[in-house]
This record gives sequence, C-alpha cells and structure tokens, in this order.
Amino acid sequence: MKTRLFGAVAAVALLAACSNTDQNAGATGAGGAGTIRPGSQEDLVANVGDRVLFAFDSSAIRPDQRPVLERQAGWMGRFPDVRVQVEGHTDERGTREYNLALGQRRANAARDVLVAGGVNGARIQTISYGKDRPAALGSDEASWAQNRRAVTVVQ
Amino acid sequence: MNPATPFVLSRRRVLAGVGAGLVAPGVFAVPLPALAQQAAPGAVIDITRARTDPIPVAIPDLAGGGDGARVGRDIARVIQANLRNSGLFRPVDRQAFIQTAESAAQTPRFQDWRVIGAQALVTGRVVEQGGQLRVEFRLWDVLPETQLQGTAFTAPAANWRRIAHLISDVIYERLLGEKGYFDTRVVYVSETGPRDRRTRRLAIMDQDGENHRFLTDGRFGALSPRFHPSAERIAFMSYQDRGQPRVVLFDIGSGSQQVLGNFPGMTLSPRFSPDGRSVVLSASRGGDANIFVVDLASRRERQLTSGGGLDVSPCFSPDGSQIVFNSDRGGDQQLYVMDAGGGGVRRISFGRGRYATPVWSPRGDLIAFTRFGGGGFAIGVMRPDGSGERILSEGWAMEGPTFAPNGRVLMFYRESRATDSRGGGYSARIASIDIAGFNERPVPTPTDATDPAWSPLLS
Repeated sequence: MKTRLFGAVAAVALLAACSNTDQNAGATGAGGAGTIRPGSQEDLVANVGDRVLFAFDSSAIRPDQRPVLERQAGWMGRFPDVRVQVEGHTDERGTREYNLALGQRRANAARDVLVAGGVNGARIQTISYGKDRPAALGSDEASWAQNRRAVTVVQ
Repeated sequence: MNPATPFVLSRRRVLAGVGAGLVAPGVFAVPLPALAQQAAPGAVIDITRARTDPIPVAIPDLAGGGDGARVGRDIARVIQANLRNSGLFRPVDRQAFIQTAESAAQTPRFQDWRVIGAQALVTGRVVEQGGQLRVEFRLWDVLPETQLQGTAFTAPAANWRRIAHLISDVIYERLLGEKGYFDTRVVYVSETGPRDRRTRRLAIMDQDGENHRFLTDGRFGALSPRFHPSAERIAFMSYQDRGQPRVVLFDIGSGSQQVLGNFPGMTLSPRFSPDGRSVVLSASRGGDANIFVVDLASRRERQLTSGGGLDVSPCFSPDGSQIVFNSDRGGDQQLYVMDAGGGGVRRISFGRGRYATPVWSPRGDLIAFTRFGGGGFAIGVMRPDGSGERILSEGWAMEGPTFAPNGRVLMFYRESRATDSRGGGYSARIASIDIAGFNERPVPTPTDATDPAWSPLLS
C-alpha cells in the first residue's frame, strides 16, 4: 500500500516537472546564471525556453508559442557562434511515416520564425523524429500536448 | 498442373544460418513415382468454402531411422503449425491416428484415415546422411484414394525448416488452388528500451517467427523496412548519415549498407518497384513532402508529386503502372492513386477518419490501409478504386499492414495504451490476420516489434 502510494506521488511529481520545463522555461530569470554557461543548452532551457507546442496534426505556430521562438531568435543574436538543430516531434496518434513528415514540417515552421527574427538560416538545421521520441510517456491528452513540439537544441 | 508433368521445383537457394551471409548449397526437389492413382489436376477444395470450413488434414510424423526420425517429427510439426495457423486447415488430432507413420509412408490404408475424418493425408520419409537430408513427401486425397503430389527434397540438414515450409506451400497450393506463403520471411523493427530512448534494430525471421536474427546493431535508428522483389535486399529509413534521416539499401547476404541518393532534406518511406530497378520514396524539402522515384542504376531521381501537403508512404501496384500514397493535401490524411509517371492523381478514400500507410496487394485486387480517428485505429482493405472498404481489425493503436505474397494474409503491428505517465503497459507487437478479417493471431517476436514487411516467396 505504501509503495503504491509512493509510486502515484512520484508520477505526479514527474509530470509537474515536465510541464514546468515546457511552460516556465522562459519565465525563470537569470537566477541560475552562476552555474549555467551563457549560450549553452542549459542557458536556453532555463532563460529562454527550448520548445514550442502545437495543436493536433498542425504545424502552425500557435500565437501563445510564438514569443518563445522570438526570444530564441534574440538569444541566438546574442550568441552568434551558436548553431542549433530544431527537432520536430508529434504525438502517438498517427502513423509513423506521416508523423515523420509532420515533425519535419513543425521543425521547419519553427525555423522560419527564427529566420524571420534575424537568425541566419545557415545556423539552423532541422530534423524530425515523428512520434518515436516522446517527451511524455503517457497515453493521454496531457502527454500528447507535450509531445507535439519543436525543440531547439544547441549543437 | 497436368499430373503427367513432373512437379519439379527449380533449384532453390537457401540462406545459410547466421552472420556469414553465404548461400548454402541448394535444396533440390524431384518428383516421386506415384504409389497410387494420381488425381485430376485442379484444386480439391474451393477456397471460399474452406474459409468457414477448414480442411481436415492428417499429418503423421515423417518416417525415418535415427536422426531421420527426429527430423521427420520436427518437419511434421512445422507443417502442422503452418497449416493450422493459416486458418484454412484443421490438423487431425494425432491421438486418433490408427495407421503408424512408418506404415503410412509405405502404403496408406485410406480407410484408417477416412474413419478419423481426414480429407487429406501427408506422408513422408526422411533419410539423414552426412549432414544431408533427403525428404520424401506425398500428399494424398483420402476419399478418392489418390496421390496429389510426390516430391523428394535434398538439402543440408540445417535447412530442414525450409523444407517443411516448401512442403507446406505445396500442400496449400494443391488443396486450395493458389500459391501459399510459408516459405517466406519477415523483416521488422525490433524495439527495446524506454519509449523516449528506444533502440530500433532491423531483425529478420521466418514467417512463423523462427530463425530470428538481427540485421543491424541499433547504433542508428531503423524504420520502415521493405523487401526488394528478390527478397535478398531491404530498403529502410535510418538516421545514420550524420544523424539525418536517409534511405538505406541493405544487402541481407553480405550485410553491406548504402545510403540512397543525395537528397538535401529528409527521405523516408522507401519501397522498391515491382521490377526491382527503382525505389519510390518520400522526400521533405521545405515544409512539404513529395513523392520521388529513384532509378537504382543511374541514381537519377524524378519528382512525381508537387505542391502543398505531406505525401508519404507510396506503394507501387504489382504491375508497376500505378502508385498509391498517403497525403494531407485535402486537409487531412487520405489515400490517393496516381500513374507511376506522376499524373492522374485521384483520391480513393472517402470514409470517416484519416487514412494512411496504403499497401497494394501482390494480387492487385486490394489496397490495405490504416484508418484512425474517433479514438481508435483500424486496419482495413478496399479495392484500388476505393470501393468495397472493409475493416479487418480495430483497437487502440495499430498500423503498417503488409501482405503475404499470395495476398490472402496481412501482418501489421498493434500497440497497447500506456497505463501510467512513465509509459508502463505500453507494448508493440506484430499480428497476422486473413483478408476476410478472420484468424487474427500474434506473431512471436523476442522484443517489441513494429513495421513488419513480408517477403515474396523465397523460391
């Protein structure tokens, strides 16, 4: 009984941690700057936000997600040597091959916003993993919402 | 087939066991002289009737001395499993057998088999000598007391399973009037590890799950394998070219790999043309994905679709004249057919939900697909003009149908729903089902398994 309860609590904590990463990554000030190297992936995650989320079967940049990419563009402007790969992903509710193409379209959509924000396109690679590398492992809408994403990864 | 014409199976090449990829000495087959009156040509049983009424067939152990007895028993068990798993045959309970295997191999007493309800009888004898097998096999029609088939196979002892599959195919063809699918293999993606960090390796096995081995080491992900019509090569998608998704050609015998083409973006969903000379694939440039065909000799590519939308999962018709594919050009995913040259695109799917992963039956009469929406997935078939849609299986998640070479059976993979936020309860497994929607069965694999592709007949 005790272990089961512990398991449930741990699962909730994990979920909470995930959504923090997704939603608050850009809102946390520069509090951890002492240990985080400017221009690193950790810097991007902690101070800018490394990902944007999408609606089901859509690669349109949501209005509430666009500011993350605009901040990323500004951040890349401050670190002109940084090159990134934008990785497109989908939820599990589709077929593998279509989702590979959909993830690529999401990565491209995110890249387009970065380029519009002044980043030289040569600094940005795109790739898709479709539904094959989920961020959240549940089979529910909360997990799928986190998995429909484009993640910017410093190379 | 005219019974007077010897049923000579051509020289059969059999792959050696593991790793080396050498081609073993062949399995040879020669006709046996009849022990009784031979039957008239043609199928004994109408296959449409057989669908609801499996043919009772008696399969005693093949007779033999020493090692031959053991091999004879093993071969009989493989034949029995093949026929039973097809759903079209009902092996008669061995407990009921009256005549011994040894005696039946000499001269069947048809009354003994008739009385226990056998309609067909399989007898045979195995001689093992110096690592070589000689397997004599006869198929009998019990009621008219006639021999339908008599064949002797010779092969290295290691290939005994192959002989069992060849015999199973002969039985299937003689009793049902169309080719079998037992002497075939399946390549698929073996998946291990947590779902967010999966190791995906290509693996290959006989259609019954035996002779399993891995083809790639898992350093690079491997997805959507497909057989070359020779069954000796595979095309698949992999992240091995500096991590970029590429189409790779893989030679099963030698294990050598080669990246196909020099596409700037992502390439995926490769399938060989029926003549084996080209590969049709989907390539993503910019936001869209379009269908291209690449000539394997010249490596020249030709773009077949253009414009907005994601065009993926192309598949040639068996005569090579048309290509079916999956596109969201109309808003959501539907199936489209076009001429192999790229013109004449028409939509063929109009039911509820989204349609994907179309595969054309080797018989040409059906296209199998994945359909999803409304909370579930399904595997179905429709005619190439989109009419006659039938759903064969439904569930939480399933996709990726692939046809047996005779077009009568499909494999696909099923995924179960994760029951917690750590992905617990998730699994992915291959299943087979006949095109009438009956006889769904799990196909055994040592790990989670996705993306099955069924080979052509190996001989």
